[in-house]
Amino acid sequence: MDFMLTEQQKMMKKLFSEFAEKEVKPLAGEIDEEERFPRETVEKMRTCAMLGIPFPREYGGAGADYLSYILAVEEISKVCGTTGVVLSAHTSLGTTPIYMFGTDEQKKKYLPDLCSGKKLGAFGLTEPNAGTDAAGQQTTAVKDGDDYIINGSKIFITNAGEADVYVIFAMTDKTQGTRGISAFILEKGTPGFTIGKHEKKLGIRGSATSELIFNNVRLSKDQLLGQEGKGFKIAMQTLDGGRIGIAAQALGIAQGAIDEAVAYVKSRKQFGRPIAKFQNTQFQLADMQTKTDAARWMVYSAAMAKETGQPYTYLAAEAKLFAAEVAMEVTTKAIQLLGGYGYTRDYPVERMFRDAKITEIYEGTSEVQRMVISGQMLR
Amino acid sequence: MKIVVLVKQVPDSTEIRVDKETGTLIRAGVPSIINPDDLAGVEAALQLKEKNGAHITIISMGPPMAADMLKELYARGVDDCILITDRAFAGADTCATSSTLAAALNKVGYDLIIAGRQAIDGDTAQVGPQTAERLGIPQVTYVDEIIDINDTTVTVKKALEDCEQILEAKLPCVLTTLSGMNEPRYMNCNDIVDSFSKEVKIMTFNDLEIDASKVGLAGSPTKVHHTFTKEVSAETQTFTLPADETAKLIAKTLKEKQLITK
Repeated sequence: MDFMLTEQQKMMKKLFSEFAEKEVKPLAGEIDEEERFPRETVEKMRTCAMLGIPFPREYGGAGADYLSYILAVEEISKVCGTTGVVLSAHTSLGTTPIYMFGTDEQKKKYLPDLCSGKKLGAFGLTEPNAGTDAAGQQTTAVKDGDDYIINGSKIFITNAGEADVYVIFAMTDKTQGTRGISAFILEKGTPGFTIGKHEKKLGIRGSATSELIFNNVRLSKDQLLGQEGKGFKIAMQTLDGGRIGIAAQALGIAQGAIDEAVAYVKSRKQFGRPIAKFQNTQFQLADMQTKTDAARWMVYSAAMAKETGQPYTYLAAEAKLFAAEVAMEVTTKAIQLLGGYGYTRDYPVERMFRDAKITEIYEGTSEVQRMVISGQMLR
Repeated sequence: MKIVVLVKQVPDSTEIRVDKETGTLIRAGVPSIINPDDLAGVEAALQLKEKNGAHITIISMGPPMAADMLKELYARGVDDCILITDRAFAGADTCATSSTLAAALNKVGYDLIIAGRQAIDGDTAQVGPQTAERLGIPQVTYVDEIIDINDTTVTVKKALEDCEQILEAKLPCVLTTLSGMNEPRYMNCNDIVDSFSKEVKIMTFNDLEIDASKVGLAGSPTKVHHTFTKEVSAETQTFTLPADETAKLIAKTLKEKQLITK
C-alpha cells in the first residue's frame, strides 16, 4: 500500500529503506546486546541529510514534508527500534520546539547544526514525580538579573548524554501551576549540567536514556524558549507532533516483525511442509497485516493533517494509541509463529517484541492518549 | 571538466521475460534499477567532482519511464540528466545504441566519458567500446580505479582476470567501470527535494543529427533467433567424510571436471 505517496515521498522511502537494510539492520542486534548508542549510524544519517527532513532549507533542513520524516522513522524502525527513536527524539522533540517557538536569533543559532546533524537534540520534561502529571514539575528556574538559575533533575530522557542541545522545562512561578512552567534551551557542557544514571531497559536498549541533573545552572534570558509561563503549552504542542513519530516507530516495529515472520514461515517445515501452508499461520499473518495497514493509514493521516495545517492533536493520539497496541500484538504473534526460535536472540522478533512495549509508554502512555481523544470528544 | 556518464535502466530480476517473436525484453511489470556497473561510473564521476571539480552530465537511452531513474541520479548529486527517447530508437542493438549515444555526445560535448562495463540485461560489454570507436577517441575498459586525472590525461587501474594494468590515456577518452570499484553513495534528502525542481532533458531523433538507417531496429544488424533458459541437470551426491578427505574429494572432482588444473 502506498497511501498515494507523491513521487518525492516514494523516492524518500526508497532511500530510507535502502539505508535501513544496509546500514541499520546489520547493527541492530549488536547495539541491543551491548546497550550501545549507534553513533556511527547517526553519522551516516547525517551524510544522507536525514536529521533535518521536515525543516526549511534556510535553517539547514531538507525542506521536505512531515510525512517524509515519518517514513524515515517507519523504515528505520522496521529493522531497529533504537535507531528509530534516536531520529524521532532528535527531530520531533529536540529540534521541532526550537523551530516552532524559537526567536529568529535562536533559530539561526541552533537549527543549522541540529538540522545538519552536527548536533543532536533532546527534550527534558519528565521528572521522577512528574510523568503523566507533567504539571507537577519540581525543577525550578529562578530569575537572577537577566539570567535564570536552574535546579532540579529530569528522568528517562532519550538521547541524554549523546545530545548537544536540550529543550528543558522548569517552574519559573510555582504559584501559577501549569502557567508557571517555562521552556529553556540548554547546551551540553554548561556548568552545573550533568548526566546522571543511565537506565537499563527492557527494549530500545541502544538508545541512551538517562537523568539530566541541574545544579545551579545559569542560563541567559536568550535561552528562554517562547515566553515565560508558556512552557506547558510548548511541551504539549511538541508532544502532539512527537506522538506521530512514536506511532511511526511502532508501525515500523510491527511491519518489521511481520516481514521476519513471513520469511520464517515460508522456510520452516513441520509435518512435511512449510508452516506457511497451515491455515492457522495464514490467518495469523492476515490479521497482523490488516491491523498494521490500518495503523499505517492512521499514522500517515495524522502526518498529512499536521503538514497541511489541520487540527491533528486527536489524530496523533489515536495513531499512537492504535499503532503502539498493534505493535505489541503483532510482535507477540510473530514470536508465536517462530515458536521457540522466536523466543531466542537468534531471531530479531524477540528484540522487536521488547522494543514495541515502550511505544505504549513514552511520549504519553496509552492511557494519556485515551484522555486526549476522549477530551476532544467530550468538549 | 565536463564528465558524461552513460547510464542504462535495467530490469531488476533474474527472471527476465523475453518476447519470443522479437527476441527483445518485455519490460512491463518488472522492477527497474540503475545498472550496477553504470552506478559505479556515476559514483566515480561524483568523486572526481568532489576532488577536482567537474560538471557531470548523465545520458541515458531508453523508454520515457527511465526519467524516474535519472531523478534518482539528481538525488545523488549529478548536474544534468538527458534522456534520449523516441520510438525511432526502439529495438536498438549495441551497434545502433552506440551510434545514437555518439550523436548525442557530439551535441553535448565531453572531456571524459564514463560507461559501465556492461549491462546486467544484455551482458555484451559492447556499448562503451563502440561509442569510443565512433567518436574516434581512446578507451580503457574494466576500470577498477581512477588513480589520477589532469587536463590532458587520466591514469587508471584496469582489472583483468589474472592481472592488473596501470594505464594512462589521453583525454578525451571513454572509461568503462566495474561495479566493485566503489560503494555508490546513497541519495540525499536535500538532493531528493531539489531533484524535483530539476528537469530531465529529453532528446529525440529530431534533436540528433543522425541517419534514420543507423538507429533503432533499422540500424541493428543483430538478430536474436532464439532465447531460452538453460536447463540445469546437475546430479546431487551426498558424502559424509572427515574434513581432510572431503577436501581431497572436492579437489579430485574439480580436476576431473577440468574446473581447476593443479
